[in-house]
Formats: sequence, structure tokens, C-alpha cells
Amino acid sequence: MSLLTHVNYFAVVLLMVAGLYIVFSSGNLVRRMIGLALFQTSTGLFYISLAKVAGGTAPIRVEPDSETARELSSRVDPGYAAQYAIDGVVYSNPLPHVLILTAIVVGVATLAVGLAIAARVREAYGTLDAGEIADADRKAGRGPVP
Amino acid sequence: MTVLSAPLISLIVDVALLAMLLVIAVSIAVTRSLLASILLMSVYSLIVAVWFVVLDAPDVAFTEAVVGAGVSTIVLLGATLLARAETEKRNWRNIIVPLLVALGTGAILLYAVTGLPEFGDAASPANQHVGRGYLETTPEEIGVPNVVTAVLASYRGFDTLGETVVIFAAGIGVALMLGFGERSLAGREPVISPRNGNHHVVLRVVAKLLIPLIALFAFYVQFHGDLGAGGGFQAGVILAVAVVLHALVFGLRDTMAAVKPGFARGVAALGVLLYAGVGVVCIINGGDFLDYDRLFTPDIEAQIPDWILPSDKPHHWGQHFGILLVELGVLLTVAATMVTIFYGFAGRLTDDPQESGT
Amino acid sequence: MPEWLFWTGGGLVAAGALLAIIGAIGVLRFPDVYTRIHAASITDTGGAGLVILGLALLAGLTPTTLKLLLVWIFIMLATPAAANALANAAFGSGHSPWSNGKRIVREETKGGGQ
Repeated sequence: MSLLTHVNYFAVVLLMVAGLYIVFSSGNLVRRMIGLALFQTSTGLFYISLAKVAGGTAPIRVEPDSETARELSSRVDPGYAAQYAIDGVVYSNPLPHVLILTAIVVGVATLAVGLAIAARVREAYGTLDAGEIADADRKAGRGPVP
Repeated sequence: MTVLSAPLISLIVDVALLAMLLVIAVSIAVTRSLLASILLMSVYSLIVAVWFVVLDAPDVAFTEAVVGAGVSTIVLLGATLLARAETEKRNWRNIIVPLLVALGTGAILLYAVTGLPEFGDAASPANQHVGRGYLETTPEEIGVPNVVTAVLASYRGFDTLGETVVIFAAGIGVALMLGFGERSLAGREPVISPRNGNHHVVLRVVAKLLIPLIALFAFYVQFHGDLGAGGGFQAGVILAVAVVLHALVFGLRDTMAAVKPGFARGVAALGVLLYAGVGVVCIINGGDFLDYDRLFTPDIEAQIPDWILPSDKPHHWGQHFGILLVELGVLLTVAATMVTIFYGFAGRLTDDPQESGT
Repeated sequence: MPEWLFWTGGGLVAAGALLAIIGAIGVLRFPDVYTRIHAASITDTGGAGLVILGLALLAGLTPTTLKLLLVWIFIMLATPAAANALANAAFGSGHSPWSNGKRIVREETKGGGQ
């Protein structure tokens, strides 16, 4: 364990902290949504970091014994390749890529739902500030009273 | 050993991009302007996309670039316009307590991170078992070079069906809350109209050139997805972006005349139907749900003329055809849902000053 | 790959990178929105264009070269148009160009001239 071997994970944690801070500190509903998006992206970064294999290439199978395959296999140490290569080429892990790919598109769809709710809240209350919305509810005798 | 065996240059790029991401994330947290944070978020997504390329994930990078820097920025801007962007009021209590909570969580996570395998470790549990299994068996079982597409559409096809349905449901949710954009058709002038951008002559000329090219590129990405980076999700978003660009330059009303809101709704449903329908056909032919090898029964296959399906057909014919249909379903649903969401936000933005209260 | 092709391609990439750096400095140092748009636009078209041309040369004569050239055409079309739209929008929303410290007052009130 050293800083260099885990630098991606440390950075991802710091990005998560930034997202979390925006969600907690901001009263504005749209800004909270931005914080959530930041948090979500950092999760994606974490998955993709885990999927990286040293000396690997993108998980698109190249034709065995083609020129590309020979060039790619020349980049890695033969002993390392013997252990981890598939048909002479080392690939990164495709599974996290699939998960994050779909999560990004689902993420923007759910972000849109959240923003639509925020827009309707603005129309109903005249504000986007969570504190002011709670005040308005309290005055009207609705909602949880702290 | 693992990090040093990777090219040093990619490590340098990696660290540089991470530093940029951290700077942008802190700027978003610090800035008070909503508009600035949305634009910073867009820049952030673009840099994340570059980072994904460095980490061998071109498919994900593709998606992040189109979705993060394109569609989500548009949706956020639309919501901000609807919400009449407010400046934020802050007090110290709203900074200290969240900061402590966030830093506390961060400290716990940092402690947990030290127990993870090294970055790039080929022997880590995540990179052995199932992920490696997919890489090994894809050529014999599915027969497409891009393993990400094979896993997405075939091995985990059921999962992807669920995600497609979630996107469809999100589109319905937005439409139910904001409408299908009919308000702007009912006489009131939409904010996005040529009246508000009539002097952008250069933009109109270039957009006229680019919109067909963007749509064409979407189909390239769609049908090239088996061989390289790409697929239904990316292509769907790119197709939606072409429609959004048309609306931004030529006005919402013209776009709604070309791609009717009702048409978009129908296509979104059709995509899900097509995806699930492929699965049902597989069941009828005696296979499991989404088992593409059973897409065609032998007697149907025998009736297909030779020039379409030569008798020495490739071994994975059913898989190829199944992936093609399923990705087409994803394309239709994603593109139409994104257009519906855009119509929902943009159609509600009218020039009527009485509009803010309901 | 011939030696000269490698060096020409590499030189183009390096020149593009240099332009990008100069453009970035320009965005930070220039006084008003129009000069900054100018700097950013040069970075986009010149910098990215040169890098892509260099990469096309380095790729040799493969399908990749064709794809890179298509990307190059797209960039040459899209980024100047974007810069133009941005400047147009800035003018429309009432930003006056900077001129030796004096502010130029716009005479037109609406639109930027068809």
C-alpha cells in the first residue's frame, strides 16, 4: 500500500466528499441535485478504476495473431502475459464498464425526474430553498413539525 | 510491480486529470452561482470522459461525454430557467456541520480504501472470476468482438431490459409532472423560439449542415457497437441531441412539428416492447427469456432465401440478430425518452409573465 | 512508418499542444468577453485541429486516418460557429467590447444585425 498505488481511490473518495458536502450544505434543490450527480459520477470512477488491469487494453477482442494483437502483446512482460493474457493480449475487465454505462444513462433520466419535481415545487411554493419550503409548510400547518 | 509495468505516461495523465477533477469539484462546492455550478459540472463530465478513455473504458467514456456534457447540462439549464435561478443565502451553520459530516464520512472511506487491492492489479477478485470469464467465452458463445456489447445485450440482457424500463418510466414521470410540451403549442410563445435568436445566421447555417451528420453518426455508433465502442445507449442519446440542437436553433415549435411529442412517446414505448418482444419470441421457440440462439426455429431458418442467410451461415447468427434487435429497442427508448424529457422542460418555458405561479 | 512522417506528425501534435497552452493563457489574461472568446476559439480550432492532423499522419494510411479527418472537418465547422454564437449572444445581452480601457456604447438596441 502506498499513495501511488491507491491514488485513484483516494481521489474518488475526495470527490465523493465534495458531492456529499454540496448535498448537505446547500438549501437549493437544484444544487442538491448537482451534488448527487457529482456523487454518482465518483461512484462510476471507482468502478472503472477497479476494472483497470495494468498493461491491459480496452475489452474489445482483437483477432488472434493479427498485427494489432502482436503489437499489444509486445507491450507486456511475457511472464505477466502468460498468467493474465487471453490469446496473448491483456484486457481490462468489461463487467464494471457495462454496469456504469447503463448507470450513467439511468442517472440522467432520474436526474430529470428530480429536477421536474424541483420545478413543480418552485411553482407551488415560489422558492427552491428547502428551509423556506419547510417554513411555508409549518405556517400552513402541514408536514412534519420539528 | 503492477503500476510500474503500466506505461508511466498513462499514470501522469491519470494524476493530472484527477487533480483537475478535484479542483472543479471544490469550485462547484464553493461557488454560489447556480449557473456557474451547472457549467462546471459539464466541464467535470467531459474530463471524466477523458479519464475513462485512459482507464480502457471507451464505451463508458462515450456515454459520459454525450450524457454528462450534453443532455444533463441541457436538462439542468432547463430546470434552472424554470426555477428562475436564485442566488443562495448562506450562513456559517450551513457550512460547518455539513463539512464535518462529509469529512467524517470521507475519513471512514479513506480508511476502507487502504484495504483495496492495488490499482491495476490483474489478480484482484474483481478482475478474475466473472469478468475474465466473459472475456474468455465471448468469441465462442456470442461471436462479437466488443465484449462490453456482448455482456450488455446478451449475458446481462435481462438487467439491461430493466434499465431500459427505468429510463422509460423516468420519461413518463417527467412528462406527467411537466407535460408533454403542449403548453408551448397552445398559443403561448415558447422561450426557445427563433424570435429570440433570429440574428444567429451563422449558427443556423452550420446547424443545418451538422444536424443530419449528427443523426447519421448516431446510427454509425449504433451499428458499429458490435465491433467497437458504441451501442444503443450512446446512439440514442446522440440522436436525441440532434433533435435538441434543432430546437435550440430553429425554435421549439418547428421541432415539435417535425418530431411530434406524441410520436416520441410512442417510439419510447415501442423500444421497450421490441426488447421484451425479442425475449418472448425466444420463449415461444422453446428457449429461455432472451436466449437469442433460439430466436429462429430451424424450420423458419430453412425458409430464409440463400442470399440473405447463406447455408454456411456463421455460427452465432441468432446472437447477432438478437443483439441487433435489442440494441435497436434500447436506441428507440433512450432517444425518445430524452426527447420527451427535453420537451417537458422546454415546453413549459413560455414567455408568459403570469406563468410562474400555478 | 517513414522517419519524416513521424517527425511531421509529431511536430503538428506539439504545435497544437503549444497553441492550446497559448489559448489557455489568453482566456485567463484577456480583458473582456470578446477577446476571451477569440482566445478560446483559437485553442479549439487551431490547437485541436493541428493535434488531429498530426495524429492522422501518425496513423498512416488506415481507416483511422479517414475517421480523424472527419472529426477534423466537424471541429472546423462546429467550433467557429459556437464561438460566433457565443459572441453574438454576449453582444445581444449588452456586453460592450473593451477598447483601451474605454467602453464602447452600443448604438443598436435589438439584435446584432442580420
